[in-house]
Amino acid sequence: MRFSALEIIKQGLIGNTGWRPHWRSPQPKSEYDILIIGGGGHGLATAYYLAREHGLSNIAVLEKGYLGGGNVGRNTTIVRANYGMPGNSEFYSHSLKLWEGLEQELNYNAMMSQRGIYNLFHSDGQRDAYARRGNTMITQGDDAELLDRDAVRKRLPYLDHDNARFPVLGALYHGRGGTARHDAVAWGFARSADQRGVDLIQTCEVTGIDIDKGRVTGVQTTRGAIRAKTVGIVVAGRSSQVAAMAGLRLPIESHILQAFVTEGLKPCIDTVVTFGMGHFYISQSDKGGLVFGGDLDFYASYAARGNLPMAEHVMEAGMALMPMIGQARVLRSWGGIMDMTPDGSPIIDKTPIEGLYLNAGWCYGGFKAVPGSGYSFAHLLATGTHHAPAARFRLDRFARGDVIDEEATGSQHNLH
Amino acid sequence: MRIDDKGLIDRGRPLRFTFDGKPIQAFHGDTVASALLANGIRLMGRSFKYHRPRGPLTADSAEPNALVTVHRGPRAIPNTRATVQEVFDGLTVRSQNAWPSLRYDVMQANDLLAPFLGAGFYYKTFMWPKAAWEKLYEPVIRRAAGLGALPGGADPWQQEKAFAQCDVLVVGGGPAGLMAACTAVEAGADVILADESDRLGGRLLTEDTQIDGHAGYAWAEAMAAELQAKGVRILTRTTVTGAYDGGTYGALERVSHHVADPHPDLPRDCFWRIAARRCVLAAGALERPIAFPMNDRPGVMLASAVRAYLHRWGVAPGQRIAVFTTCDDGHRTATDLSAAGVEVAAVIDPRADAPPGAIRGEVVSTQGRLGLTGITIRSDGGLRQVACDALAVSGGWNPTVHLTCHMGARPTWDATLATFVPTADAVPGMSVAGAAAGVFTTSGALETGRDIAKAALAALGGRRVRIHIPTADETPPRQIAPLAVEAPDTARHRAWLDFQNDVTVKDVRQAAKENFISVEHMKRYTTQGMATDQGKNSNVGALAVLADATGRGIHQTGVTTFRPPFVPVPIGAMGAGGTGAGFAPERRITADQPMRDRGAPMIETGLWYRPGWFPKAGEDWLAACTREAAMVRRSVGVADVSTLGKIDIQGPDAAKLLDFVYTNTFSTLREGRVRYGLMLREDGHVMDDGTTARLGPKHYVMTTTTAAAGQVMTHLEFVTQCLHPEWDVAILSTTEAWAQVSVAGPKARDLVQSVVAEPVTAETFPFMACGTVTILGVPGRLFRISFSGEHAYEVAVPSRYGAALWQDLVARAEDMDGGPYGMEALNVLRIEKGFVTHAEITGRVTAFDIGMDRMISAKKDCIGKDASRRPALLTDREEMVGLRATDGGSLTAGAHLFGLTTPLRPESDQGYVTSACHSPTLGRSIGLGFLRNGRARLGERLRMVDHLRDQRCEVEVTAPVHVDPDGGRARD
Amino acid sequence: MRLTCPVCGDRDRREFTYLGHETYLHRPPAGAPAEAWDAYLHLRDNPAGLTRELWHHGSGCGAWLLVERDTVTHDILSVRLAREDTA
Repeated sequence: MRFSALEIIKQGLIGNTGWRPHWRSPQPKSEYDILIIGGGGHGLATAYYLAREHGLSNIAVLEKGYLGGGNVGRNTTIVRANYGMPGNSEFYSHSLKLWEGLEQELNYNAMMSQRGIYNLFHSDGQRDAYARRGNTMITQGDDAELLDRDAVRKRLPYLDHDNARFPVLGALYHGRGGTARHDAVAWGFARSADQRGVDLIQTCEVTGIDIDKGRVTGVQTTRGAIRAKTVGIVVAGRSSQVAAMAGLRLPIESHILQAFVTEGLKPCIDTVVTFGMGHFYISQSDKGGLVFGGDLDFYASYAARGNLPMAEHVMEAGMALMPMIGQARVLRSWGGIMDMTPDGSPIIDKTPIEGLYLNAGWCYGGFKAVPGSGYSFAHLLATGTHHAPAARFRLDRFARGDVIDEEATGSQHNLH
Repeated sequence: MRIDDKGLIDRGRPLRFTFDGKPIQAFHGDTVASALLANGIRLMGRSFKYHRPRGPLTADSAEPNALVTVHRGPRAIPNTRATVQEVFDGLTVRSQNAWPSLRYDVMQANDLLAPFLGAGFYYKTFMWPKAAWEKLYEPVIRRAAGLGALPGGADPWQQEKAFAQCDVLVVGGGPAGLMAACTAVEAGADVILADESDRLGGRLLTEDTQIDGHAGYAWAEAMAAELQAKGVRILTRTTVTGAYDGGTYGALERVSHHVADPHPDLPRDCFWRIAARRCVLAAGALERPIAFPMNDRPGVMLASAVRAYLHRWGVAPGQRIAVFTTCDDGHRTATDLSAAGVEVAAVIDPRADAPPGAIRGEVVSTQGRLGLTGITIRSDGGLRQVACDALAVSGGWNPTVHLTCHMGARPTWDATLATFVPTADAVPGMSVAGAAAGVFTTSGALETGRDIAKAALAALGGRRVRIHIPTADETPPRQIAPLAVEAPDTARHRAWLDFQNDVTVKDVRQAAKENFISVEHMKRYTTQGMATDQGKNSNVGALAVLADATGRGIHQTGVTTFRPPFVPVPIGAMGAGGTGAGFAPERRITADQPMRDRGAPMIETGLWYRPGWFPKAGEDWLAACTREAAMVRRSVGVADVSTLGKIDIQGPDAAKLLDFVYTNTFSTLREGRVRYGLMLREDGHVMDDGTTARLGPKHYVMTTTTAAAGQVMTHLEFVTQCLHPEWDVAILSTTEAWAQVSVAGPKARDLVQSVVAEPVTAETFPFMACGTVTILGVPGRLFRISFSGEHAYEVAVPSRYGAALWQDLVARAEDMDGGPYGMEALNVLRIEKGFVTHAEITGRVTAFDIGMDRMISAKKDCIGKDASRRPALLTDREEMVGLRATDGGSLTAGAHLFGLTTPLRPESDQGYVTSACHSPTLGRSIGLGFLRNGRARLGERLRMVDHLRDQRCEVEVTAPVHVDPDGGRARD
Repeated sequence: MRLTCPVCGDRDRREFTYLGHETYLHRPPAGAPAEAWDAYLHLRDNPAGLTRELWHHGSGCGAWLLVERDTVTHDILSVRLAREDTA
């Protein structure tokens, strides 16, 4: 079924009784060419691009819970390509290009809204660091503007520009950045992958990875054993556990990132703003809720819930930056489990076990990467070679010292 | 309609407020909703999607419909629950999400389009043409969405935070909570009792319950007084919003929402952080509606809410009220209404054993445009119409289990009670009493309140007490599973589950049909439970529909996650204190005020403020900076460097510590000498640099950069406690204890000698010497070190003399053709000398990158040494170089470097500029930067490109040191 | 979350900062093979459950603490001074 305004009218006239499942609920087969462990955004995108770019369809995505139930359904929906480090910048640049046109390609409205992103700076040092980053972005072919304080004042009149503590000096503006409806991205990829023959198998938890003489042969699941010569692990938040099934130890520590949404309000913030001094960023959803977040909770956790100190800190930062939101009420707060790596950048690589591949370590930047990650991982799974924009996301880069440390905070997992 | 002799309102205190400009009569004790209902106004809001007319469903904070904006202008507060907002004289209330008016809302046209706006319709359209989403569809959708509007200016309301600790936190002041607090305080516990309402009693205030022969509210009042007398801290108007780790609870107190003209210092809200050893959750239960066709008209209301309006506020929400119930509680409503003289139009109960007098059937439709005028009943006798202007609905009760789920636990489905009850030990230290535990009688609430508190106290070791349980008079309500009634005419009739978000039974069924059968999928696809009540009214009903649609039981269907906060919390309350200067502490150097007096702009440097420059008449920053830098090179300048981190290191193993944390060796440093040191992180990248002086055989003073002072101190504590606890060494941060002033320039010695008692000569204080001296009569320290490349000293005195010393030195310097200099000039001087700051040692660079690889001693281990030898850190690196404009152009920090003729592509990017300035000494723009294999490329010409600032120039690659490369000026 | 510092007593989590797994206590000797440094600096068991980790009482006494904690429930099982554990 192709989605369109006409279809909606047609269905509306027959009482919406003709809609069909967005995807099948197939029984797992005993063998596939490729198994993707993890039905989150990255896993679903990987399956989709395997089918679309490489013509493969004998693929299953194994999901422990429900599709899109991990961090793709639990984030602040920001899409951007404003990275400064070589290794990252070309990857996110590619990912953003995939975003632009994704909805028509998937025939699914993910409400991608390129509303622009302002990274505010408050000191000359921050400005120069942003300038270096913005120049990288432009050289990369992406858009960036360095705005002075008057320009920011004009565009974002509601900020406390003369904040008594950290006045706003300017911003790095990335106009093609924005937001998208997170769930819809997962569902759109799922639906298109399903249409191309991929089996999406929910409530199917992988309990073991079968390895014979250094080669992967399949997996054990709560719904039986499934054979495959190629297996991709795409389970952000649980990467260490699943990798351990194959005897692997990863450079990952799990941390919680909180996010918050307010009650619906009439439009008041028409862009994305980040506060350079307070680990605070905010946007407004199509429904009217202010969606915002801050820094990690800072200690290793699998609890998927936030703690009070960071929640209060984030809101203090919000009040410092834009005191107009004081009477907006926080409706809900949640926490996602982040795969934090020692340099804050992800891993898309082979593992020492033949046929076993790893897509992990997205830290808190995974949402914007969904199409790019799926595309590059599919390339790796299908061809056995690294896709150029993701070629530096190697598992051994830490041992070699070839780190991609955007935050410049060094090899401590929780500081990125 | 107001009922005489009913209600806890103060009829001696009449009040007036306005609703959409219309004056409304009320009494002290009314909420906006009770006063409007008393005046016959049922229409209070519009729904989110279809803009359907709506009246209040509840009488509490879970209200999904009656959301209004209170106050006006810049003080307006949107999305206020009319059911919670207490009325005061002069209160302004406006309806929201309707235009031009609540009665005539043009957006109600959406309701006609409802067949095309079903679950998830927006995922399937608005995709063509591509550009139209952002240009057309999204702006229109956004304007239509949202509820109320923020006024737009800075929030003018005062907000506050408070912290408390206690032995027992009791959540809820109903019968269970009162008994729990009473038991706990009798046993000697320190107790906090929080209740959402303005007075204690919970449902005792809203029911016709007798306790020990007294009216329930009177018993509660007496109990509250007793608890207060015994030292219980009672927080009324306070909702406990979240349960967090370690017995920490968040709570929102509505301090002055009910005050007409609050004192300017009185906050609107106070956000409490309460650390409690134990918690008794006695938050009661929430009644659930029934999803029957057209169940959303103003006048359709929960049966318990109808009783609440009757008993607490003396209001009948209609003149002729029908009751539709699937549990015994609905019948109580009919009884109470009759007793109060209100006409009961019909009582409908679908249960096989419905009590006599009730119609055994279902409500299958309702009538009325802006308010209920009648209902259609289907029973054995077929369909019939009954005229009524209110309908009380009860689909059973849901215990308020939310706080028990905040730490990840799921509630348990109790098939007997047909409801979710708390799972045992869901939150460490929390136990549940009364209706929140599924005990729905008053006597049960009283008893479990006592018993749960006793058990909690036993865990705390409190003394044993005997507490009498008063007698209450009622029988438990029997109830059945939540109910959804299918409409006879499905095309036109919708049965609402989530009232605010306009999610109907059909939407949930459609979601299931589209294979959104996981409860989370259904929620996210339909937005069911995502409104401001977070599904308090609708989740169980929706689950029942989904369970039915998928052929599963409710317990197999699962629940969505309850997350904090229990009620929405203003950002301003939880973020109180963050506005303006309150966001972060301010660190000020001792000479801060004298510097401001001289007109120096004090610039944020981390938490510190440091002077940017010291302007003379007519000077801009660049002129001042250039003059100051030239002044230092010509005569003498005075700069405060107190913000540098100072760490005192003493003990027999002090030298071992320094040798281990610095790449170079300090054990060989002689007493009375200073050495520059480079410090790595364990991952081999540069952490910080600075100088360390040896003041005595076992006594060193380390200096760090301003930015890394805290990090270095923590690092030293880590090394001495975690890696080498056997070392006998003590470390102490003395940053605040000493004020330090740099004196730099050819005349520095003359100036320093004029304030130091001891002789300061090439022999007594050669380059890199240090010692204890007397400065203007004060014991202090003198270091002959230079960050400017000039002959220079740093003079340190105890902080209390810092401002005086700086002023004195500046005055003397000015007599010598010198003066003060600020951060900008300091930066120019160090760029000229090629000295690094955190602009260069960003955290991504190695000693190799900044040309200091040889400072990593081969003779000893140090932090970061092994990791700095990783292959990718030693080959094909971007290395620090000096850069000079060769074409009269200007360098800008953040610009990138390219070959003169290569295309501007990522693969041809050669490096970048980290620091840039106009050099007064060289008379042109210079900088520092990192260049791929740069040290081998000295003399090469490159193109500097700054796309962002539209700056390009040709640069020459040089060694980092631009001025006085052999360092003679500093040494001599 | 609250931690009981052996020096200062029961305190709010805000007074403490987290470093990471107790691995950090076991620094490889100088010249150890690259694998040992990789394991020390980067690789982690990252358990979902009980773990032992290092915290710093930076807004208190400055003590480094060895904390036994559950990463799923956030239960704190014990807090000791790191220096006593390694001595």
